[in-house]
Formats: sequence, structure tokens, C-alpha cells
Amino acid sequence: MSKPLTKIFALVLALAACQTYTSEAAAQQSDTGGSAAGDFGPPQGDPIQAVLTSAPNVPPPVNRDYPAKVIVDMEVRELDMEISEGVTYTFWTFGSTVPGSFIRIRQGDTVEFHLKNHPDSKMPHNIDLHAVTGPGGGATSSFTAPGHEAVFSFKALNPGLFVYHCATAPVGMHIANGMYGLILVEPPGGLPPVDKEFYVMQGEFYTVGKYREKGHQPFDMQKAIDENATYVLFNGSEGALVGDNAIKANVGDTVRLFVGNGGPNLVSSFHVIGEIFDKVFQEGGSRYQENVQTTLIPAGGSAITEFRVEVPGTLIIVDHSIFRAFNKGALGMLKVEGADNLAVYTGKEVDNVYLGDKVMANELSIVSDIAEAQRSGMVTKEQQIQAGMVLYNGTCSVCHQQNGEGLEGIFPPLANSDYLMADQRRAVEIVLNGLSGPISVNGVPYSSVMPAMSQLNDDEIANILTFTLNSWGNEGGVVTSDEVAGIRAATERPEGAAD
Amino acid sequence: MRKFIELFIVVSLSAGLAQYSFANEFVHIPGGEFRSVIPEGEGDNLIAVADFLMQETPVSNAEFMRFVLHHPQWQRGKAVSLFVDDQYLSTWDNPISLGPEAGLLKPVTQVSWFAANAYCGWQNARLPSWYEWEYVAAANESNADARALPQWRQEILSWYSQVSGNGIDDVRNSTANYYHIFNIHGLVWEWVDDFSAFLVTGDNREQGGADQLQFCGAGAITMEQKDNYAVLMRVAMLSSLEARYTTRNLGFRCARKDDINQ
Repeated sequence: MSKPLTKIFALVLALAACQTYTSEAAAQQSDTGGSAAGDFGPPQGDPIQAVLTSAPNVPPPVNRDYPAKVIVDMEVRELDMEISEGVTYTFWTFGSTVPGSFIRIRQGDTVEFHLKNHPDSKMPHNIDLHAVTGPGGGATSSFTAPGHEAVFSFKALNPGLFVYHCATAPVGMHIANGMYGLILVEPPGGLPPVDKEFYVMQGEFYTVGKYREKGHQPFDMQKAIDENATYVLFNGSEGALVGDNAIKANVGDTVRLFVGNGGPNLVSSFHVIGEIFDKVFQEGGSRYQENVQTTLIPAGGSAITEFRVEVPGTLIIVDHSIFRAFNKGALGMLKVEGADNLAVYTGKEVDNVYLGDKVMANELSIVSDIAEAQRSGMVTKEQQIQAGMVLYNGTCSVCHQQNGEGLEGIFPPLANSDYLMADQRRAVEIVLNGLSGPISVNGVPYSSVMPAMSQLNDDEIANILTFTLNSWGNEGGVVTSDEVAGIRAATERPEGAAD
Repeated sequence: MRKFIELFIVVSLSAGLAQYSFANEFVHIPGGEFRSVIPEGEGDNLIAVADFLMQETPVSNAEFMRFVLHHPQWQRGKAVSLFVDDQYLSTWDNPISLGPEAGLLKPVTQVSWFAANAYCGWQNARLPSWYEWEYVAAANESNADARALPQWRQEILSWYSQVSGNGIDDVRNSTANYYHIFNIHGLVWEWVDDFSAFLVTGDNREQGGADQLQFCGAGAITMEQKDNYAVLMRVAMLSSLEARYTTRNLGFRCARKDDINQ
């Protein structure tokens, strides 16, 4: 057979394959019928009290083959709660949690919604459910003064994962204070069973004080208008999905995340470090994309992601608009337990780098043990080095590298560094107040910016420096907490840094 | 004889209250023009306020107790349910005893518009109009209109950022404003005479519709006068109420026409 003929043959094959593919695609495009196909007649059977859960838990599947009347009782409360360690914020909540309670119903159900505004509330509130077909999404019918209750009903005509939120003036402030949640309207056949389902919702917060500034922090309207978030969080607090609060699965499980984004302003680049979403139902709709790394979730929107976990370890949930993960708290953990599968993944976890200054909980316990010793003045140099290493790996190594060698010309080395070892006081000052402009380290010029790390406390800075002064061939002294405190008092922080 | 004993109790209670309470004076407020968050008509929102008198502080529990002792028909349990809801004066121990939760000098709350209106009538006064209230509320300690100052706005928003579980402070617990009025912000919400005229929709994103009436530029106002966000929230609060409603953070003070200066 001559060569050109082979080519033509191949081309025909290719066309045939293409043909098959497009007709399959066309078959997939048949639609669900939308709201016109969502009315299955009047509710049947006895009214059902909806099971509501707070994040990260999800109510059980509906498991019902007829439309029912479902009663949802939702209480609005204004509560002081922890937004970050040692930082409190007045949250306005649906069901005493941020995000609000998860609601799960079936397409065609008639929901009788009872919105109760607790007598202690200062504000009137209402609810706009994106699952409602009708002006305002229920907002006008549910406007409720403190100490009162509003009732309205709607039929859920479209299936999907929908956001609900408060729409009372000023809407932005009510959402910024945590008034949002998710309602899942299952298609008539339900969703395919999976091993684990979780509820994760992102939202950002605008506080008068800086990130992690201790004490009670009021809402800052100007920052909200400027879209300059202080915190970007999953499930309403920095600790909601880390350490002991991490969500858990076993090797081999298929995990389904119901992910919402309350906003008020930011869209989320939702990503799980160390996983690929097998399926993503974009925007919480009826179709899925496959094999996705990062999915965009609009403010006031959602996504359903599904993936099978193959190896044990900790998967890190982030907003891959990545400074939000490092510096504003947009970080959660999914801990997978089970046997190693070296064929799929070998070697060390890379979590440390991504964790930023949020070191693993068990490592942090070393830090807290030593902090105890530090308070009583009984700390040893070895303990300081041990604690300093944990903190260094969680924070400083991101630039200076775990081996202390930095990156030539960009991040100055700490290992065998003439600049570091020359002046201990200067080292403390740099950690506290940052450094910018040209310096020379081991004969190499550097001209970059290190931000002030003054959000670290005196103990932490003392430990980190004692570690660096005594690692990688450095042989130096001990930095004490008192020394750091003295320098903190004597020097001024640059603008924008924590005191 | 029984009648006499009751009278005696009333008199002695009144005397006891009087010694804890101070006079809640009516202060002269010089009239003027200002821009309200709520436009009176199309386009123009410059509002003229005539001279009037306004009480220095919100009405206290002690003052309101005196009122219900004189007017038993406004006591809890006796007041007609058309005029008050179930929670009327529920912070009080019983209809004629305040109890530990309702300090003498704390502002009275859980009062309906009808009850507040009746109280002011008893004082030969009335509730202030929204414009009168907003006019006085625009001030800080030193300026008649401090609304452009970020600090003014932040102070109000900070009050919104505190949960009310810890109880309410006494009246007169802060410095007086430019008009020598206390607690116009930061203590309680206050009824105004014409609260029901707002008709703000519960959904603040709606821009049209017949039920908008006075508030039809809500969205535009919030954008043009973001400094007034703080005041708009008060409008939203008032608009969620019916005249018989009472809430834990809602009190009132009275106003009166200024006969001497007019």
C-alpha cells in the first residue's frame, strides 16, 4: 500500500471517531427541563421537619420519590464568636453558625420557611434563597424585627446547590457579618451515593484591626467598600477546618464537597492541594466537568466537587488566590487515613511549604509546651531551638528555604551568613520591623523586601532566631523573649504591621 | 380602705423612684436645614427643621414606671393587645416592679409605638419626627453635622457590632452632643412619630415598585451617601416594625413644639 493511501485511511478513521464523539456530546446536551419540569404537583404525605446541620456536616440524602411539604425552622442570632485565635467578632448568623445551617430538599418540594429573629438581636433580618423562584427570593416576605417570626412558602422548581443570604439594608454588611449558607435541591432521583459529604463555605471579613490583631474586632465598612478583606475564611473562623477540626476520610473513599461562596465581594479559586476533582458540578448546576484542578466559585454561587482519595495524608483546602491562604486564613484540611499506596504517591508530604505560618497541630503542641516553659523562665536553649525550628519551617522557610540557604540574589541566606551573625540585635529588628533596600550577604548583593513579622509574639521571635543562629553551621547565642520585648518597645513598626 | 392602701403604695413607689431619677429635661434645638438620607420628594433632600424641644436622654425605666403607675391601663397584662405585643415590658419583674434586669436608670425598652406615644402625651409632648431625630443625630460633641467624619460613622457601626446580650447601659452614660443631647447613638434604637411612613422594602436591592414610596432611590442613596449607611440601618430597623411591636433594644424619647421661641 502506498503511503498517501495510508494517510487517507487514517484521516477517515479520525473523522469517524470525531463523528461518534459529537453525537455523544449532542446526546449529553438534552436539558433537564429547568423550572418548567420542576413542579410535581401538590405536596404529598405528612409535612416533614427539615434536618438542618452546621458545617462541615451535611444532612442525609432526601431519599424520597414524591414531593412533600418541608418545614424549615431557622433562627437568626447575633453572636460574639472567635474568628481567629484570641480575636472575636460579632457574627450575624442563620442558626448560630457561619455559614448558616445546611438545608437539603427535593426538587418539587414545597418549603414552609419559618424565619425567627431572636429577641436579643439588634437588627431586623430576612432571607433571600437563590433556590426561590419569585421576586426577592423570599426577602420581602421574610423581613423580621427582633423578637418576631416570619413565615413564607415556596416550591423548589430547579435542582441544584444554591446560596441563601440576608438581604436587609445594608445587604453587604449583613453578608459580611456571616449571613449566608447553602440549600441543596436534589433532582428527583437524588445524587449518586458517595462515602463522605462535607459542607464548606468561603466568606471574607473586614475588621477594623489588622489580620490576627487580638481582642474584639468591629466591622470596617470602608474596607468592605474597598474590597480589602482582613480575613478570607472557610466556615467562618481560622480554625474551623484545621487541626482537630479537619474533615476526615479514608483511603478509597469518594468525597463530595458542597462548596459555597458567600462573598460578600471576592470570588474563590477553590483548590484542594494534592487532589484533582474527578467531577465538578460548576456553579452548583446539573452538569459536570471532569478532571479539574481549580474551580472558580462566584460570590453568591457554589460548586459540587467529587474526588476519590487514593493515598493517606493531609490534603489542604485553599483559595488558590494564594495570598488569601497564606495571609488571610483561607485554609482547611482534609485528613485521609489508611495504608500507603506507594505506586500512586511516594515520599514526603509537601504540606509544610503551603501551610505558611499555620504549622501542623501536632507540631504546634511542641511549641505550646515550650511556651509554657518560657513563661516560667525555665526554657533551655535546646527547647528554644526545637520550637524555633517548627516555626521557621512553617513561616520563614517559604523564602529562606528549609536548609537556610535562601535563593541567591533573591532571598538572602541565613546559613553561614556573615550578615546574620554580625549583629544579633539587628537580626531581631529585621524580624520585627522588616527590611528593604540593598544589603550584601557573603559578598552577594540583595535588594528585596522582607515584611515585618511583628505578628509573631516575643517568644516566637526569640525561638526562631535562636534556631537560625544555631543551625546549618551557624554557632551563635541565645535570643531571649525579654530581649525581643525590649527591642519591640524601643523601635517603631512600619505602617501596616501589627504592633 | 383597700383603695387607700393601693394609693399609698403608688405614692410611696413614686417617691422612691423620684429620688433615683433625674429630670429628663427638654432641650431647645435650634432649627435649620440639612440633607436627610430620605428625600422628601424627587431629587431634593434638603429638609427644613423648625425649632423644637427634645428630651436630653431616652426615657428611663424609672420614668416609664411612674407613667404606668399613673396610668394602669398601660401596665403589662392590662395594656390592650392591639397596642402592645406579648413582650411588652417583659424585662420588668412584674407590672409594677422593675427587678434586677431593668435598672432604674436604664432606658425603657420593650415598649410599643402606641405606649411611647401615650407616654409622650402624658408629658404634654409627642414623639420626634424622623427628620427631627435625624437632624439631632447628625451631630457629634462639637459639630452640628458631623456625618462626613469617618469617626462619627465608625462609632455608630461599632455599636451595631456589639451583641446586646450583655445588657444595656444607663442613660446619660456618655458625653452630650452639640445640642446637649445624650445617647442619640450607641444605646438603643428610638421610636419616631412617623416611622410607619418609611415603607422601606425588606429587600434593600429593589429599585422600583409601587411600595417604594419615599424610599425609591434606596440603592442610589447608599452609593452617594455611604457615610449615612449607619443612619440607613436605623431606617431599616424602624421599617421592620409595626406600631404594636416591642424589642429589647428599642426605646424612645419625647419632643415638643418650642412655644417660647416661636
